[in-house]
Amino acid sequence: MEFVDYYKILGIDKTATPKDVKTAYRKFARKYHPDLNPNNKDANKNFQQINEANEVLSDPQKRKKYDQYGKDWQHADEFEKQKQYRDQSSNSHGSGFSGGDFSDFFESMFGGASGGNRGRQAKYRGEDFNAELHLDLIDASKTQKQTLTVNGAKIRITIPAGIENGQTIKISGHGGPGMNSGPNGDLYITFTIANHTKIKRSGDNLYTTVDLDLYTAVLGGEITINTLSGQVKLKVASETQNGSKVKLKGKGFPVYKKEGQFGDLYVTYEVKIPTNLTDRQKTLFTELSKS
Amino acid sequence: MQTKNYIAVNEFCISHNIEISFISALQQTGLIEVATVDDAVFIDADQLYQVEKFIRFYYDLDINLEGIETITHLLQRMNAMQDEIIMLRNRLSLYE
Repeated sequence: MEFVDYYKILGIDKTATPKDVKTAYRKFARKYHPDLNPNNKDANKNFQQINEANEVLSDPQKRKKYDQYGKDWQHADEFEKQKQYRDQSSNSHGSGFSGGDFSDFFESMFGGASGGNRGRQAKYRGEDFNAELHLDLIDASKTQKQTLTVNGAKIRITIPAGIENGQTIKISGHGGPGMNSGPNGDLYITFTIANHTKIKRSGDNLYTTVDLDLYTAVLGGEITINTLSGQVKLKVASETQNGSKVKLKGKGFPVYKKEGQFGDLYVTYEVKIPTNLTDRQKTLFTELSKS
Repeated sequence: MQTKNYIAVNEFCISHNIEISFISALQQTGLIEVATVDDAVFIDADQLYQVEKFIRFYYDLDINLEGIETITHLLQRMNAMQDEIIMLRNRLSLYE
């Protein structure tokens, strides 16, 4: 159990009036409130700390206890022993606030954030949780159902096909529990999509480069290319230039949350010049060059 | 046809322990939209998250309406920039 100096957290001294506490709390809350710092873990942690400090210092009874025992470890230990004894004889302690970020010191002193409802200002929304989910590009091209465990609870989520790398989705109410009947926070899941294929993605469109032998490039023909959904036969026009592109409409990535809609697949041809030519082939090329 | 879920402003204000004038002020500044049906005022349920956020700004953080407008505008810009960064990072991967 580490001593936490709530006065220091709020930047006030021990003689601070309730008005000073309120002013100091609001000053820091405006800086670190999760609504003002979306996806900022450090700000959320700081906000928890100042909330905790405010919870104690704005309540005259709690502040008195804190002033009495908080500074002196020996007395705090005695208080802890008495509290443990009381806990054994009565099971009526604690409320729902079991979040891991609430300091052990605060919990041991006051048994969780069960403080009475003092009107609007006593209600706080729970902390937003952030999680990262890794998917493969091929997985991301199909709608997925996954079960996540958040704070011991299992949540089933559906990940729509077409989710973007770095995209964050919000699962409302699955964040930290609110304080004093405040609403629960939200769970934000950010997706990291790894690409192990030769196909590159930009939004809903896919891009790939395929090798084309000189003869097919000159005379035209048919080739088979790999797409995310399998192999596709592609007709190559005669006299195809190196670096030229063709668009395969609707063969790209699924459009997020738009069932049946797909982006396009762009294929770039890389014409390969034959090597290790035989004498006969060289002769034929020479003839060609003179024709 | 899509149907909208409306929440009566009167009931909303009672459950959140706030004044109706605050919702009117949010509407007048253009931060939220309200619907009036038979003289009763409603908020679209889709706006609930935003309205609750504005309540926290105003009542918990003591930020006035002008401040809320400014913050909302800046948060929108920040979100747009974050989305743009993600989009540019993803596009950059095409050339890596």
